Amino acid sequence: MGAIQNKLEGPVSEELSLVRAAKRGDDSAFEELVRRYDRNVFRIAQHITQNREDAEDVVQEAFLKAYGNLAKFQEQSKFYTWLVRIAVNEALMKLRRRKPERTVSLDEDIKTEEDSLPREIADWSPNPEQQYTQAELREILSKTIQGLPPGFRTVFVLRDVEGLSTEETAAALELSVPAVKSRLLRARLQLRDRLGRYFQRREGANGKPEVKDGDLKNGDVASGDGNQ
Amino acid sequence: MKCSEFLNELTSYLDGVLDEKTKVELENHLSWCHNCYVVCDTTKKTIEIYRDSQLYELPEDLRSRLRSAIMTKCLQHKKRGPQSV
Repeated sequence: MGAIQNKLEGPVSEELSLVRAAKRGDDSAFEELVRRYDRNVFRIAQHITQNREDAEDVVQEAFLKAYGNLAKFQEQSKFYTWLVRIAVNEALMKLRRRKPERTVSLDEDIKTEEDSLPREIADWSPNPEQQYTQAELREILSKTIQGLPPGFRTVFVLRDVEGLSTEETAAALELSVPAVKSRLLRARLQLRDRLGRYFQRREGANGKPEVKDGDLKNGDVASGDGNQ
Repeated sequence: MKCSEFLNELTSYLDGVLDEKTKVELENHLSWCHNCYVVCDTTKKTIEIYRDSQLYELPEDLRSRLRSAIMTKCLQHKKRGPQSV
């Protein structure tokens, strides 16, 4: 069982040339940076806010802030990491406005180590995702990740979906490396536990796993978690 | 290696950053502990399914609208001169 490969962005030196040109006032260079990272920022923002309109706002606000503060970017990290930090902060602000009754912070102390322990060990079907249509699968994945606390899903998205390194994730979220590692493990295990409900090797009459009626429609995938 | 130790090393193992000695111990554990093998395998699948899911892709038409709005606002900001965004 091998390690998982990260998908990486274009060469850093190319990114730096664009950043320096943009700093000198070359707007087409900045537009190229927008082109390069808009999809990533949108994905991250929608994962955090769980709302498409908010994600669109975050994309605009994050790039505008980056543009306005470009002179302050010290080039000590990748531009992308700096941009992600801005975008995550914007997205968390949106989430706070939307859910003012709940504390939304990356620093929140989330439960004990107990939630790291796998609850369900049953194996999955081979290629379990192929049992569902693309639309069904997207709904399952979306609802499942929504059930994670924001601090967990943000780490998972940056590390595992966007492919940032542990160090880059720590820098983007202003967390320590051990904190990122601990949250990543717990996020991965919680998602695995929840997806098991859909992907477990147990055949129903129609050949699909026996998921209760209305699970997808009612969105109760997240109901087991009261942390969010 | 005990199951709890395996769990502590799982993330580093999946990320390919374990030292050789620990990796050998972990793989030895996986060769006889079915539960840990299943947890490892399905956690790896979880990550791969999310990575390949194309969840929240930005549609091209929305993408161009957003980019155009961003660049318009950036140029307005430039004309107004340096002030907080």
